[in-house]
Amino acid sequence: MVERRPLTSLLTHFVLVLGVIAIALPIWITFVAATHDQYRMNQVPLPLWPGTHLWDNLSQTLFGAGLSGTEGAPVWLMLFNSLAMALMISLGKIAISLLSAFAIVYFRFPFRMTCFWMIFITLMLPVEVRILPTFEVVANLGMLNSYWGLSIPLIASATATFMFRQVFLTVPDEMLESARIDGAGPMRFFWDILLPLSRTNIAALFVILFIFGWNQYLWPLLITTDTSMTTIVMSIKQMLEAAEQSPQWNIIMTTALLAMIPPIFVVISMQKLFVQGLTETDK
Amino acid sequence: MAEIKLTDLTKSYGPTEVLHHVEGEIKDGEFIVIVGPSGCGKSTLLRMVAGLETVTSGEIAIAGRRVNELEPSARDIAMVFQNYALYPHMSVRENMAYGLKIRKLSKAEINKRVEEAADILEIRQYLDRKPRQLSGGQRQRVAMGRAIVRDPQVFLFDEPLSNLDAKLRVQMRLEIRKLQQRLGVTSIYVTHDQVEAMTLGDRLMVLNGGYVEQFGTPIELYDRPASVFVAGFIGSPAMNFIPAMVEGDTMVLSTQAKLPAISSYRGAALLGIRPEHLTPDENGPIAIDVDMVEQLGANTLLHGKLNGSDHEMVASVPGHVSTETGAQHRFSVASELLHLFDPATEKRLEA
Ligand SMILES: Nc1ncnc2c1ncn2[C@@H]1O[C@H](COP(=O)(O)OP(=O)(O)O)[C@@H](O)[C@H]1O
Ligand SMILES: [Mg+2]
Repeated sequence: MVERRPLTSLLTHFVLVLGVIAIALPIWITFVAATHDQYRMNQVPLPLWPGTHLWDNLSQTLFGAGLSGTEGAPVWLMLFNSLAMALMISLGKIAISLLSAFAIVYFRFPFRMTCFWMIFITLMLPVEVRILPTFEVVANLGMLNSYWGLSIPLIASATATFMFRQVFLTVPDEMLESARIDGAGPMRFFWDILLPLSRTNIAALFVILFIFGWNQYLWPLLITTDTSMTTIVMSIKQMLEAAEQSPQWNIIMTTALLAMIPPIFVVISMQKLFVQGLTETDK
Repeated sequence: MAEIKLTDLTKSYGPTEVLHHVEGEIKDGEFIVIVGPSGCGKSTLLRMVAGLETVTSGEIAIAGRRVNELEPSARDIAMVFQNYALYPHMSVRENMAYGLKIRKLSKAEINKRVEEAADILEIRQYLDRKPRQLSGGQRQRVAMGRAIVRDPQVFLFDEPLSNLDAKLRVQMRLEIRKLQQRLGVTSIYVTHDQVEAMTLGDRLMVLNGGYVEQFGTPIELYDRPASVFVAGFIGSPAMNFIPAMVEGDTMVLSTQAKLPAISSYRGAALLGIRPEHLTPDENGPIAIDVDMVEQLGANTLLHGKLNGSDHEMVASVPGHVSTETGAQHRFSVASELLHLFDPATEKRLEA
């Protein structure tokens, strides 16, 4: 900001505070709901301050059968399923796209441009578009109700390959030549030089992909029928639907609260690298 | 220690040939400078020796061994790049040790070599820093350190000083020369700067448009340039060229001024005279109408036109000369300092 007149600064603060309230209030209400018992949550007015039932709710949600009166899996298992799916998607995508970008940028092989365009075309085919054929393939491979089925169809994607291609193109040619003179073979160059140079980009991509994987809803819903394979994002929706009696808001909100923690943890722990990636110019 | 032999070396990118039939023998321990204007193929030639570019035809031999098909790491060379090409995520020590680590030298041996090199280059206190925490000159030293620790048979430099400021460039130039003399490693150094080339090289290879114009010691190049290009490129300010006609035993300039003939050649020629070889002489045959004066302190440069023509001339006269523009100055030249070139082929006409 160049101008610093009191009025404009008042206005900017006002807008910022509004924004914070818009984001923070629903989270606060979720937290408050997770600290009361079922009966308090069904009386109006809804509480605005925390109650005393957080631990009860947490232990019932995490280790009990979730909602009383249903046969859901305990939430810790769903958290684990979601975590496994999100990690497999993000790490799998990063590994595959790093290698394919490496191949496209640094190797001259027959049909290189054909490969490039084939990868490019898949940009136009996200899971939602190819969901039926993909389901059939996964079903035929016997991967329904498995972690492989949850993650592999989502791993194939072009965006990350493109991003790494751009990153690799910014690495000066002399770096490769220097490594060749030093006697580093292609894979050694990849490990010792290319990977460390891309580490901030890898971190940024990991954050984005982890959240993308964690938030998957449609695909897991389609291919898991076994309750022990339910993911947490699916289960929140199911809990709402399963509420034939009065909804147990305390449990649902505790689940929602738990579902938020891993993405927040990932964002916070990667923040430093993230910012470095934005400010670092040396390559 | 190694000698290098280039035999009928050619390089093409697709249909365009950028290097034509390069020949040259480099003796063990020699410091060779490849010099020429931008785009003449200097880097390409150096990179072919390094193994970073393929050889289209011809042969490169290092220490008597054909290396055309060898990987750069197998040629026992080290290279210093213009932009240094240090690995940004490694410390200075790791940068220097990387090649040795790949060659599986013992930890103790690596440390010993890195520290020796660091002492030679006076960069010991920076060993644990990252390249981005160093100045340009320090990075330059690290790049050289990385070359030294490999203990190679050949050093290759591609314009290593062109990213430094003028003062540091002069200082590093001397250091590179001293270092090379001390280590006695055969070196090839690429530059477009003729002063750098003259001060560094035992011998200079002058490249122009992919052709070797001349390959010789700095003094040979200065005293007996093989072509108009070399004559104009080596020496500063550049040589003056005047069309002339050799008839009988006189040489008639385009302005009808006459000089004694210096060789058995008869016919049209291009006469070359270095500015510093024009000596003021009231009765001299060469008259210059001065239109600009540059005072350099130790000497004075007189710029002007050859009297009665449009040929730009420069004379370098020792000491201070004051003159007004438009004044005419006359000069004579010792006949052994004249150069004659064939106007068609631009090659030197020998006496
Ligand atoms: N990879 C390449 N593909 C095609 N032409 C090239 C390539 N590299 C260099 N050249 C051409 O070869 C010539 C010599 O280049 P170079 O050796 O880099 O010149 P310099 O003497 O400035 O170092 C130039 O005309 C350049 O355009
Ligand atoms: Mg060059």
